[in-house]
Amino acid sequence: MHTWTAHEIRDKIKNKEISSKEITKAFLDRIDQVEDKVESYVTVLPEEAMAAAEAVDKKIAAGEPVGDLAGVPMALKDNLCTKDVLTTCSSKMLHNFRPPYDSTVAQKLKEADTVLLGKLNMDEFAMGSSTETSYFKKTKNPYDLTKVPGGSSGGSAACVAADEAAFTLGSDTGGSIRQPAALCGCVGMKPTYGTVSRFGLVAFASSLDQIGPLAKDVRDCAIVYDKIVGYDAMDSTSVKREYESFEAALTGDVKGLKIGVPAEYIGEGIDANVQKAVYAALDSFKSMGAEYADMHLPLNEYALPAYYMISSAEASSNLARFDGVKYGFRAEKFEDLIDLYAQTRSEGFGAEVKRRIMIGTYALSSGYYDAYYKKAQQVRTMIMQDFDKAFKTYDVLVTPTTPTTAFGLGEKTDDPLQMYMADICTVSVNIGGLPAVVLPCGYDANGLPIGLQIIGKPFGEAAILNAAYALEKTISKQKPAL
Amino acid sequence: MKYETVIGLEVHAELKTNTKIYCGCKNEFGGEPNTHTCPICSGMPGTLPVLNKKVVDYAIKAGLAMNCSITRYGKQDRKNYFYPDLPKAYQISQFDLPLCQNGYIDILVEGETKRIGITRIHIEEDAGKLVHDDYGNSSMADYNRCGVPLIEIVTEPDLRSPEEARVFLETLKSILEYTEVSDCKMQEGSLRCDVNLSLRPEGQEEYGTRCEMKNINSFRAAVRSMEYEQRRQAEVLDDGGVVDQETRRWDDVKGISTVMRTKEDAHDYRYFPEPDLLPIVVSDEWVEEIRSSIPELPDQRRARYVEEYGLPEYDAFILTSSKKTADYFDATVSLGAAPKTVSNWLMGDIAKLVNEREGEPGDIPFEPAHLKALIDLIEKGTISNSAAKKVLAALFENPEEPAKIVEKLGLSQVSDEGALMQMVQEVMAQNPQSVADYKAGKDKAMGFLVGQIMRVSKGKANPQVINKLLKEALDQA
Amino acid sequence: MKISKEEVLHVAKLARLKLSDAEAEALSKDMESIIGFANKLNELDTEGIVPTAHAIPMSNAFREDVVKPSYDREEMLKNAPSAEDGGYTVPKVVE
Repeated sequence: MHTWTAHEIRDKIKNKEISSKEITKAFLDRIDQVEDKVESYVTVLPEEAMAAAEAVDKKIAAGEPVGDLAGVPMALKDNLCTKDVLTTCSSKMLHNFRPPYDSTVAQKLKEADTVLLGKLNMDEFAMGSSTETSYFKKTKNPYDLTKVPGGSSGGSAACVAADEAAFTLGSDTGGSIRQPAALCGCVGMKPTYGTVSRFGLVAFASSLDQIGPLAKDVRDCAIVYDKIVGYDAMDSTSVKREYESFEAALTGDVKGLKIGVPAEYIGEGIDANVQKAVYAALDSFKSMGAEYADMHLPLNEYALPAYYMISSAEASSNLARFDGVKYGFRAEKFEDLIDLYAQTRSEGFGAEVKRRIMIGTYALSSGYYDAYYKKAQQVRTMIMQDFDKAFKTYDVLVTPTTPTTAFGLGEKTDDPLQMYMADICTVSVNIGGLPAVVLPCGYDANGLPIGLQIIGKPFGEAAILNAAYALEKTISKQKPAL
Repeated sequence: MKYETVIGLEVHAELKTNTKIYCGCKNEFGGEPNTHTCPICSGMPGTLPVLNKKVVDYAIKAGLAMNCSITRYGKQDRKNYFYPDLPKAYQISQFDLPLCQNGYIDILVEGETKRIGITRIHIEEDAGKLVHDDYGNSSMADYNRCGVPLIEIVTEPDLRSPEEARVFLETLKSILEYTEVSDCKMQEGSLRCDVNLSLRPEGQEEYGTRCEMKNINSFRAAVRSMEYEQRRQAEVLDDGGVVDQETRRWDDVKGISTVMRTKEDAHDYRYFPEPDLLPIVVSDEWVEEIRSSIPELPDQRRARYVEEYGLPEYDAFILTSSKKTADYFDATVSLGAAPKTVSNWLMGDIAKLVNEREGEPGDIPFEPAHLKALIDLIEKGTISNSAAKKVLAALFENPEEPAKIVEKLGLSQVSDEGALMQMVQEVMAQNPQSVADYKAGKDKAMGFLVGQIMRVSKGKANPQVINKLLKEALDQA
Repeated sequence: MKISKEEVLHVAKLARLKLSDAEAEALSKDMESIIGFANKLNELDTEGIVPTAHAIPMSNAFREDVVKPSYDREEMLKNAPSAEDGGYTVPKVVE
């Protein structure tokens, strides 16, 4: 049962073939069975989940109206606030934090009558590409337990891949949904900036952060996006816009679709197996009536440095509020107020978080603002102009998601810059605020998944989901052996 | 050496909105600690600000009233610093694109109009409060005030004396009151100012090094701190020293300021555009809509008082500098009272009583109709001027019809000529020497006799009638 | 690109981080390489380019001035490491 997709579960519950309690129990059993190996959860909520499932079953039995995803068990990344439920950001700093409010996405999924199984491990405050910076545990890649699941939404990706939830939500600032989705063989989407409310998402870099789904297939990705998308008056950066059903847009018809393949994303530095798998996928598209052409996005090499300046600067300010006064961790010993701040922040944050705060503080400090932060925002304008131009010719862009398949645990932890390179194919999408979906397009010799990225125009989710849906049919998916 | 003082001010005014700047919590003074808070104004993780439109309306309104140009593309920025009254560890403010720029206010100094430049007006959020007493080795943070909307008004260094600065502050306050964007309650801290002051040798063009003074809680404190700082800097310069650029903290109890921060430990606020908020784009229509909502401003009203009512410039200035007082004036005059008489009462005895009761100008507990009735009672001769003062005091205690107070306190004058004539004759009979003195040309004797009659009447005799009757009787005697 | 240990300590002070000697040295190296990497941006001529703060161009997100109920104080304070009399307590502040 735990291998079922969310839309299968949705339909079976609706048709009363199965109860929410049964399916929730199946997932809780699955968690018992594999969680020791995968370690994707920070918090599991067995009683709460069973109670929620029972409530849904009662509603259905009484013939009351229920939400569109009634009874479907899911889990959330631990930087999405959940009322009275621990929300730690995988940091010692928030190890005991129970928000008195729900994030808008948690609220919307509650209204859709989903069942929350628990909260998922991540890189501390979403800073990382391997989920190894978590204060609590190291999540493993279900395809190979010696490999990383990617990050920062590594828990969200591993959880789906290991069938520990029907779907999950993650957040993506520079690739944090797409890179782990690729490494764990899931479908993951970073939507257009402003389409999903950020209210209740513990901020990393406010101008880049977006929440999105990780799922077992493209249809699941669409049905979850259908539920979380929409204007929210609580988020000033939320776009006022009406949305049609994205599930309904999945026709599988890609005839005449114009695909651009930016050379800068698929050339040097990209593993040969990855390149091969991407081109094979492009040929599949061609055989379905789409056309593709090599093209150029010459500024891509500047996306990563611009990204690190913008995201670190915003993070240094966003994370200043963690000071041991209002919530979370407070150091045991301190001499005075300044020392309370310094001790709390030094003990409460891990090395990577401190590194980003330092870089961001430096970039914003007196005399450097123009050279780093402002410069990066100007480069951002130029990168966006590059994308604008490309989308005058092409409907979507196709690239690899990551230079390689999953790397080993501990392999890149000593060299931050090398770790940052794991995001080389994904960060420009956040810089441009664009939507992008990732799905498996093949597997390497060791059976590790290879992720393909389809980038769309702003608000072009329907087009990229439909392209992904078409391609998915041509791929034979492999399940991890757990 | 003789120095010229150069002063610039940064005034913070709390806006009189219903809610805070970025959340729906009440914008209300006081309250039990942390009872007007929510996850947004308390800086909880994941929460986001959404700008209260009224704050923009009010800032533009203030800007227009101060002759500013309105920025058509504004943005908000984060000012980063750690302090326990600032839960997000940054204050949302405006850095390089404030809503209003390049305005001015005209002030009246020694009968002359002087134009003081307004560099900018920007919007920002207030911080919370730290309570230091009663917590031993701790301070307690109360976030009720976090997120209360403020405008910061920054002047050009155009002020040349503490007195000019005081007049400027009074004028600014009246503009804010007239436009109804701020309550301007000094006691509640809804109007606060920082002072920048420097000296330069008379005749020198270049500005001297300035010091900034903080923690100024009243206009009086502002003036005192400026006078102190003038003296301090002059002493330093006279001794051949140099003034250090620093931030000083004013201690109003001790009447001195002390160094708070030197230039070296000046904060590095790391301003950057607030990514959680969008640009503020102001259209012509929006500006015009706000412009049309601005009521008559103090200088327009002042001119009207002089032209329409023939009030002296000074009266007009004093009355209009408090909107409440001016509104009270207008209301009383519209009931038919003589403008100059109303003005005398408002500027004299009423202002004194308001002040004694530590009210803001214009905090008058009784109705304009009461004042009109009081004036009528005097004019009709029912009460004397001194009795009227008693009635006024009573009105402050318990507002009711002045005629009732007169009755209760037995203050009405005896104006009945028959009754008064009897007293006149009685007193003249008892004081033949004075009558004789008067006859001999000593006018002073008349005053003595009036005094005696007032004594006999227990002060209730109408002095005008007495004077008339006595003069007649004496001339006949 | 050289970032001295003193500079690192100055930045750490701004960020309210206390660094051990070893941490400061490691950070000095990391920051040199990351900031050095960011200097790549100088290859681009950005003269006259308007900085982008948000990828989706939008403006004027406002809220009406309507009161919403505040939270229960107990709810607000329940996560506080130290609270007294309805407030968050910190070591005595003297400024």
